[in-house]
Amino acid sequence: MKLKEILRQLNVSVQCKKYGLSLWQCPQFLFLVMGLVVIITAITTYYIGTQYAWDPRLVALIVLIISTVLFVIGFLISQSFERLAEANKIKSEFISIVSHQLRTPISNLGWTIELLMSGKLGKIEAKQTEYFKILKENIARMKELVKDLLIVSRIETQTLFLKEKRFYLSDTIKELIVSFEPVAKALNVTISFENQKDLPQVMADPFQIKQVIENLLDNAIRYIKEKGKVKLKLNLEQDNFYFEINDTGVGIPEKDKKYIFQKFFRADNAMKYQTQGSGLSLYIAKSIIKKSKGKIGFKSQGGQGSTFWFTLPIKK
Amino acid sequence: MKKILIIEDESALQKTLGEMLSQQGYEILSALNGEIGLKLAQSKKPDLILLDLILPKIHGFDVLKKIKDNPETREIPVIVLTNLESIEDIKKAMELGATTYLVKANYSLEELTIKINQVFQSN
Repeated sequence: MKLKEILRQLNVSVQCKKYGLSLWQCPQFLFLVMGLVVIITAITTYYIGTQYAWDPRLVALIVLIISTVLFVIGFLISQSFERLAEANKIKSEFISIVSHQLRTPISNLGWTIELLMSGKLGKIEAKQTEYFKILKENIARMKELVKDLLIVSRIETQTLFLKEKRFYLSDTIKELIVSFEPVAKALNVTISFENQKDLPQVMADPFQIKQVIENLLDNAIRYIKEKGKVKLKLNLEQDNFYFEINDTGVGIPEKDKKYIFQKFFRADNAMKYQTQGSGLSLYIAKSIIKKSKGKIGFKSQGGQGSTFWFTLPIKK
Repeated sequence: MKKILIIEDESALQKTLGEMLSQQGYEILSALNGEIGLKLAQSKKPDLILLDLILPKIHGFDVLKKIKDNPETREIPVIVLTNLESIEDIKKAMELGATTYLVKANYSLEELTIKINQVFQSN
């Protein structure tokens, strides 16, 4: 608490927040640490020097040289960190502006096509309807992508606020299964849900948690080749809700595992199999679960499906 | 015939929305900026106002405030229709007296028409 108070007074934590970085990634804080290291090194050098009864002038010179070198290195490192942090901030702002600006023309397109398809402006031939449907689907994709980008920009600018309330997780899961049923059927995928009875309500943001489960379920179905199964499970484990989703899809290759929650990352086999996808859904899922004080992870072997899981605390 | 005033600076959105609603049997009044919107609200006394927030000349919030401050237009239901969706904006609009707050990106034209019909029914 004390360190935080000192940092607040030095304005360091405010600066770090501006970049949306943790303390140990923040240039201002690192520079402060570097300064402390320089002082400690100088004192130690002085102490060792005097212990061995060297010429005081020589000791002073060594202390001066070491301190200067450390200080310059520290300054250079923190400078480059600052430039990186600044670039990161600009990128986040860029994403935010672009995604906001894209929303209006997308609504515009969507409404216009809806109006044309309604036939109220003139009769639409069957062949034309087919092409209107393609347009509509593509607009829906753009809409999803912009929505994801907006969430990412909120995560990065630390403006994603959770509106927590009590609700039944199992209800959300069941609702989502119903909405995914037609797609699953079309792809020959069966979805099952195993639910521990009499589970209490969870205290979380229902909209955001729904988004997480939706992303996981969408991935599970999307990466199944031909025919397969998706099994969902919800139960209590110690002080947490434990949700699991297992699929018989393409799995995640060993070399890609460590990148799977990074934004814009897509595994090689995923790209080969499904060209659509932004590589944002798992990054979003992880950020939301982390912000909700839960954990998220997965088990997978290439070619043998994946199991994604998350936990959420039972808040009394 | 019920009159709906659409205050929206995007002329394409204005046109699509106006067309859809006139097909539903409403009379449409259009304003491409806050100033004209406010004048039309006072002179034509519409039965409902669809109001965007980011508008040239007078911002949507100020338009809303002026409509609600004027005893002659106070009773007209105002639906805020925008792409801004921060909690502060929603809160502010509701405090200023908006009937409901809709985010454009989340609604299809059909859903929007249903919402508008609902507002008419509840009034």
